[in-house]
Amino acid sequence: MEQPTLDVANLTVRFGGVLALDHVSLRVDANEIHGIIGPNGAGKTTLFNAVCGFVRPQTGTIRYRGEPLLGTAPHQLAKVGIARTLQGLGLWPGLTVLENVMAGARLRPHFVASLLAMPRADRQERQVRDQAVQVLDELGIASVADTRPAALPYGVQKRVIIARALMAAPELLLLDEPASGLSVGEIERLAELVGRLRRRMSVVVVEHHVDLVMAISQRITVLNFGQVIASGTPDDIKGNRAVSLAYLGEDVKTAEGGLGA
Amino acid sequence: MRVSVFKWRSLLTPTLSRHLGLALAAFIVLLVLSSQIGAYDDYNLAAIAIFVIATTGLNLLTGVNGQLSLGHGALMAVGAYSTSLLLRGHDLPLILVLPASLTAAALVGAVFGVAAARLRGPYLAGATLALAVGLPQIATRYSHVFGGEEGLTVAPQVAPAWLGADFPPERWIAWIAIAAALITMVLLGNLLQSSVGRRFKAVRDHEAAAALAGINVARTQVVAFVVSAACAGLAGSLFAYWSGLTAPSGFGVALSLQLVSAIVIGGLGSLSGAVWGSIVLVFVPALTGGMASSLNLPSAVGNNLPLLIYGAVLVVAMLLVPYGIDGGLRRLFALARARWAGAASNHKGVVDWDDPAGG
Repeated sequence: MEQPTLDVANLTVRFGGVLALDHVSLRVDANEIHGIIGPNGAGKTTLFNAVCGFVRPQTGTIRYRGEPLLGTAPHQLAKVGIARTLQGLGLWPGLTVLENVMAGARLRPHFVASLLAMPRADRQERQVRDQAVQVLDELGIASVADTRPAALPYGVQKRVIIARALMAAPELLLLDEPASGLSVGEIERLAELVGRLRRRMSVVVVEHHVDLVMAISQRITVLNFGQVIASGTPDDIKGNRAVSLAYLGEDVKTAEGGLGA
Repeated sequence: MRVSVFKWRSLLTPTLSRHLGLALAAFIVLLVLSSQIGAYDDYNLAAIAIFVIATTGLNLLTGVNGQLSLGHGALMAVGAYSTSLLLRGHDLPLILVLPASLTAAALVGAVFGVAAARLRGPYLAGATLALAVGLPQIATRYSHVFGGEEGLTVAPQVAPAWLGADFPPERWIAWIAIAAALITMVLLGNLLQSSVGRRFKAVRDHEAAAALAGINVARTQVVAFVVSAACAGLAGSLFAYWSGLTAPSGFGVALSLQLVSAIVIGGLGSLSGAVWGSIVLVFVPALTGGMASSLNLPSAVGNNLPLLIYGAVLVVAMLLVPYGIDGGLRRLFALARARWAGAASNHKGVVDWDDPAGG
């Protein structure tokens, strides 16, 4: 059987007395779009933070293409082929859109060559610039390359963020709420984009917009209070009672009855 | 048949040739200027050039990389004392002493930078302030090495014979300092326009996002600290030659704070901002000092008046041009350009304060 791209097993993260993730397991295969949904505070972003090394789990393992990922510092992820977007965007306001995207490139900057503006530094800059323009073009935002991010509509800023993540040519792309704040038209375009990206990489999408996740994911994991309450194909999830309970709350009659199903 | 030979011109990348061209033009203008003015003004010109070296370095750290240092005066002291100690009893050429002093400050900067990379905001400010307060004390404590409060003297640099026997030494140190300042600006300008400069800014603007883009945040911060400390060391070394005396009183907390105020007044994050700030740093006290003495005030008032006016200038500058002189000039320039373009322009004086194009 083929090696999964991402294999999370029995992950537990505790913040003081709060159990943010409780023995969470999930598996993302190559070229799979995997949706993670759940109410606020379910632990979705914490899961991303654990995968990215921002949070150290108490128990469990994370494997990326068969290799253990735990202990990898966030800045080493790009090198192994993992890119992530942040919920709060995390664009660098002091850089133009083009520079923001260029900085996403997987490159080893050469300090002395840069200090002396040697040919190799100029050459590298040109290559990265061309590549960044190409990625911006692919996302349809090449026209704003020289603009500061703050001057752009939110939807365009979100595309810049994805462009930066794509610069690293990742094999695993983690998108943290890519649809939040987007218009209906923009969400459609996002769905189309992620669908295209699937040919090149695996994508994990943490998202509140359930319709989007249902539409684009091959598999979905539903979290609630740090636990996986359901996982499977979109159709499995649609019919899952635990999921509708988590989202819509306990049926009043059932709650009064004391014993659920 | 073409013979393939190594072409020196191929080393001149567009970036480098642009920066070198600008620096060369500035060098010629400043040499001419320096030859027209008197010894005292040459002395001030040298001071500006020395401060430019320190403040561009500090601006790279604080303005570009976002690490506030209140201790760069101490790093200048490392450069100055290295120079003074190297020259005690030896007659080493400047061309060896400057790099050695620069390296000494860079090493101290590396050690301190590792600690600084773990600190943020007020904690970093506090730690660097401790450096500014503590380091000059070493000179007093180990006075048999560092000369105590009296300090160490440095013989002035004598201009080469071909410049004439009566070539003023003030002009010569001004030329040296100007050359050093321009080389510093070329190198830092290269750095700012490269992927290294981009990484500095990315770390300043959003650390987590920088890390996710594959940037080693701590290492980037240490590199910025080392580069910045090297500049401070070079400035300190030239300062020793310029003043002829290296004493703890010259490198107190006030110097560190002056450097910070210079980049804030001049404009954070840009090379030209550091130049404006250095001009203010040297000329405002000189002007206010002259004013105070011409007013025939009692010495208790007269001695403190320059400082008072300097403080007032700082406050007024912050109110009038919150983005520094550099930001103010860019705003004026953009307004003029918008007017030039006519009413059809949709810019209407909207200015990108932090425009990197001028950085």
